[in-house]
Formats: sequence, structure tokens, C-alpha cells
Amino acid sequence: MAHPHSETHLDPARAGFYRDLLRQMLLVRHFEEKAGEAYAQGKVGGFCHLYIGQEAVATGALAAVREDDYVFAGYREHAHILLRGTSPGAVMAELFGRADGCSRGKGGSMHMFDAERNFLGGHGIVGAQLPLAAGAAFAIKYRATDQIAICFFGEAAVNIGAFHETLNMAALWELPVVFVVENNRYGMGTALERAAAVWDVYRRACSYDMAEEIVDGMDVLAVHDTTVRAVERARDEQAPTLIEARTYRYMGHSMADPIHGHYRTKEELEEQKKKDPIRRLERRLAAEGLMGEDDIKEMDRDVLAEVEEAAQFADESPDPGPEALYTDVYAD
Amino acid sequence: MPTLTYRDALNQALREEMERDPDVFLMGEEVGVYQGAYKVSRGLLEQFGELRVVDTPIAENGFAGIGVGAAMVGLRPVIEFMTWNFALLAIDQVVNSAAKMLYMSGGQFPIPVVFRGPGGAALQLGAQHSQAFESWYAHVPGLKVVAPATPYDAKGLLKSSIRDNNPVVFLEGEMLYNSKGEVPEDEYVIPLGEADVKREGADVTIVCHSKTVAVSLKAAERLEAELDISAEVVDLRTIRPLDVAAVVGSVHKTNRCVVVEEGWPFAGVGAQVVDHVQREAFDYLDAPVQRVTGADVPMPYNKHLERLAKPNPDSVIAAVKKATYLDGD
Repeated sequence: MAHPHSETHLDPARAGFYRDLLRQMLLVRHFEEKAGEAYAQGKVGGFCHLYIGQEAVATGALAAVREDDYVFAGYREHAHILLRGTSPGAVMAELFGRADGCSRGKGGSMHMFDAERNFLGGHGIVGAQLPLAAGAAFAIKYRATDQIAICFFGEAAVNIGAFHETLNMAALWELPVVFVVENNRYGMGTALERAAAVWDVYRRACSYDMAEEIVDGMDVLAVHDTTVRAVERARDEQAPTLIEARTYRYMGHSMADPIHGHYRTKEELEEQKKKDPIRRLERRLAAEGLMGEDDIKEMDRDVLAEVEEAAQFADESPDPGPEALYTDVYAD
Repeated sequence: MPTLTYRDALNQALREEMERDPDVFLMGEEVGVYQGAYKVSRGLLEQFGELRVVDTPIAENGFAGIGVGAAMVGLRPVIEFMTWNFALLAIDQVVNSAAKMLYMSGGQFPIPVVFRGPGGAALQLGAQHSQAFESWYAHVPGLKVVAPATPYDAKGLLKSSIRDNNPVVFLEGEMLYNSKGEVPEDEYVIPLGEADVKREGADVTIVCHSKTVAVSLKAAERLEAELDISAEVVDLRTIRPLDVAAVVGSVHKTNRCVVVEEGWPFAGVGAQVVDHVQREAFDYLDAPVQRVTGADVPMPYNKHLERLAKPNPDSVIAAVKKATYLDGD
């Protein structure tokens, strides 16, 4: 996993870009902390899968795509829609089930959508978003535009049929799509090693003669560079890529699940937290003099205030009226 | 008026809609080079090229999802399942993705996709290749379900289904592909959700769809000749949305009703029809509504057993006799 960014110097000319990445990761982190808090207060119902620990993956990857590219994710997707630029208020309001939510309160935590920003969900069945993303990529090829589709999913999805069917067709038909496996090591409470015969997920690509990438998913710059390569491959060569980003989630599978226990130890969790993607970028920016400690603190305060504002917006947003029950079942 | 087979009527519908709208494409197993497992797509690859007539590997869930994804960004895919039996592998994409996307996105993503292919029993194909899925899909809000009985209806309804902005499950009768009927040369469409009276009558309403329309019409002829019973045959054509008004209106006239379908009895299409009839035509009924269904068993291979498992004119006549108290019980 050696990487040009890893221990070499950052490029001072790109200081603004690094700052943006840091701010985005902080937004995701604090948003999710707030969502967890709201869940505990009973403001968020159902299943709520938090992204804390994995911020570098979506942040680095989505910084590599264009506004007109199509983005698909699974049910742990609050980060991905936030990173597309949907307002945190609309995302929080969706968690609260309110009328101003990004899916008008009808989707919830697992079904966030924003058509205007080409965020195409928000899918609750493991692996189901892979064929959907390939379908959007098929449409790109059909219309001969230079967009791409990017699709995020967890490592547990690589064992489901939809993964294999989709990778086969994406490679066979040379579709402009990037598949990003967020390998957080556990499918709910089952370790990858207990679920998969092949533990290096990226190696699955060779079954389909597809380009593969393996990247440290706790390093946002490495994820970004890797995704840039994959996006170029999709856009310029109409060739799909399977990226494995090795990451870690700090919280339970969902808010209803224990953070550690039978399937992983507290010690393991604490050890992983030492690799925190946000602290890592902060340290590097500070060490290279691109951001001072006060600067970082101020950014953190700003983001916290933005998240508070989002929660307030969600709190004040009305429930959808009863008439909403029967709308959007069929299109005109 | 020219006479066409059901197969060629469907082929015309596909061709015309693909000529009309460049966003329409056909995808499925054997649809291109092989010209379609049942030859519905004959000649389309040559006319439209391989970007618009796409042969897939055997991966139903995958290519159904690709259709839904393409529809999310505005194309109008027609996804062919070689038979609906194989579409069970894709039911996650049909139900969880296609049917629900508009709703769970708060109205942002309509899914204008058609899933089509042959369904129902053919001849001696055994349990896994002989079943009617109308009621399965009709259960799901967000889907429209169409099951045409004649070449004329097949063409007009497929054209409407392709133009519809919702996911449509279009179930063709595997045994109907060679059936012939008149199809006008001029362009026409048939709106979804409208039943059609295939035979007018005064004494009993027979509600049916797809292959059971022909069965019901045969039964009606014999009822007329043998028992002097005038049966009205109402072809639902679209299962969802169901044309309740047409069914109830007919029962108001005849006061008796028999519902025929090829699917299994439990929670079948007929159960839904009976529910409407008992509530909306209760005071008009002179007898309990009768149902004729496929036998409540997996389809047997043996041809004698298979015949017993499918609705036929005899079983329809027996049900009409019950509904008219001529069964001697």
C-alpha cells in the first residue's frame, strides 16, 4: 500500500484542497455524532448506520468525481450524500422523517436521494446498488457522454450474486463505472475472514479481468489519488475498476448494535482509532505548516455550528402531512 | 385488416416504439443474435444495432438491475426475461428497486422500465417452468401488471407500457405466441387499466385474462349451445390497476360471476376480483361468486395430470353451472 502521499511532503499549492477534505471529513464526523445523539433521543427511528471511522473513503473518492457523474451507495450513506453537497439540514431532516428531508421523509436513513446532485441512493438490500450503478453506466455509454458512475458498498456485498453478475457485465461491456469496496472488516458481526474464501477483496477483480486497486482507506489523500486513477480509466478508457479501501467503523453495524462484544474486542477498536483519518490529516497539515492548530480548531467549531444548525432545521421541519402517504406511488 | 400472430404483434410494438423513441432499448438473454428465445425480437438487432438490442449473460438479477439503473437516469429499458420463471432471481430488483424507487426517493426517481416475457404453463415443462405470476407482482404498489390475451391487445398494451413512466410487469402467454388475430396497420395504443368485453352476454360474467380468455370464450360458446346460457366474457387485460368498474358493471347486468385464472387459488387475482364484487355488487348477486384456478399443486409433468391442473372449458362450465344453480347440488 505504498503511496506517493503517504510519508512524503504535501504540495503547498494544494493547501486549499487539503483544507476542503479536512472540512468535509469533519462535517461527516460531527454530523454522524449528532445523528447518533438524535437517535438516542428518539428523534431518528429504524435502522441508522453511522459512518464514523470511514470518513476518508467517501471523502477522498467523491473529491475525484464530477458533479454530473452518478453516485450510488448502500444504507451507510449519510456521508456520501453530504459530500455531494446536499445540505446537512435536508439530510438530518430525512433522518428525522420530516417533510424537508432529502427524500421528503419517505426514505429515512437508508434511502437518501438527491436527483439534482446526481446522488442516486440510498439502497437497503446488500449489493443491490451495484447493478443499478452499472445501469447508469450503461446509459452513459448509450448516450456517449463522458460521465462515469461510482458505486460504494461494504466488503460483505462481495459475496452476493449481484456483485458478480454486475462486475462481469461491467467488464464485458466496458462500462464507465468505479466500484468502491469499503472494507470495514465486518459484515454486521461477521468478520470478512469468516465469510469469504478470499480475504484480499481486490483480488476478486481478476475473475472479471477488471482493473483492481487496493488502498489504505484511513488515508484520504491515498483514497483520492487511487480514485482519480480509476475515474480516468472509466472516463477515458471506458474500463471499470474495483477499488478496495481498507477502513474501519468505530460504531456498531447500526445504532441498534453493540460497538464491540462477541465479534470484536474493545482493544482492537482502540488500536484502530489510533489510525483515525481525520487526526491523521490534521497532523500532517500541522506538521507541514499548512494549517495551524488554531486554524483547525476554528474549522472544527464552524462545522459543529453547521451541524447544530442542521439539527435545528430538522427539528423545526414539519412531519409530512397524511396526504403524503399516497403520493409518489406512481408517476404520471 | 392484417392478421398477425401474438409474437409478431409484440415484435411490431417493440419495433415501432424503438423507432419512435431513441431512449427505448431491449435487453435480455438471446434477444439479439439468436433473435429471441421465442422470436419476439426477430430482426431488431439488424435494425437497431447492438447498443439497443443487448444480449446478456444469464444473470437475471444483474440485468434487471441494470435496466432499473438505466431508467433512473432517463432511458426506457425493455428488459426481457426468457421466462418469468427465471425472473424469480431478479425479484429483488423488480420489487425492492423498481417498484419502490419513486416512493422512497420522495418522488425524485420515476422508473420507466418494462419487464416482459412469457409466463404461465406451456406443455409438459414441469413444475419449475410452468407458473403464473400475475398475483405476485400485482400485490406490489408501484408496479403495473399487464397480461394480454390477443395479438391486438398485446401490441397496443406493450406500446402503452413502454410509454408509461412506471415499472410495468408485462406477462405474455407462452402458449399464445402462435395465436393469430387482426391487428390494424394504423398506429394505436391501448391504455393500461382498461378491461375489454370479449363477448357480450346477459346471464353470467366470466372474468379472465391472458390464456384463460380463450378458455372462457370456448366455454361461453358451449354454454350457449348446450345450456342456453348467455355468458359475458370480461378480459381484464391489465391486472394492476384493476378495472373494477368494468367487472362490477358487468355483474350489475348479469347478477352472476365466475373468475378464471391460471395461477394458484390462494391470494390469487380472482380473490381480489371477488373482494370487489362482493362489496360493490352485493345487492346484485344472485349466487356466490365462483373461482376457477390452476390446481393448488406444483405443475406435474405427466400430460394427463397437467391437463387436470389447468383451467379448461369444462372447469369453467362447471363453475358457471354452480353460479346458475344448474349443478344439481
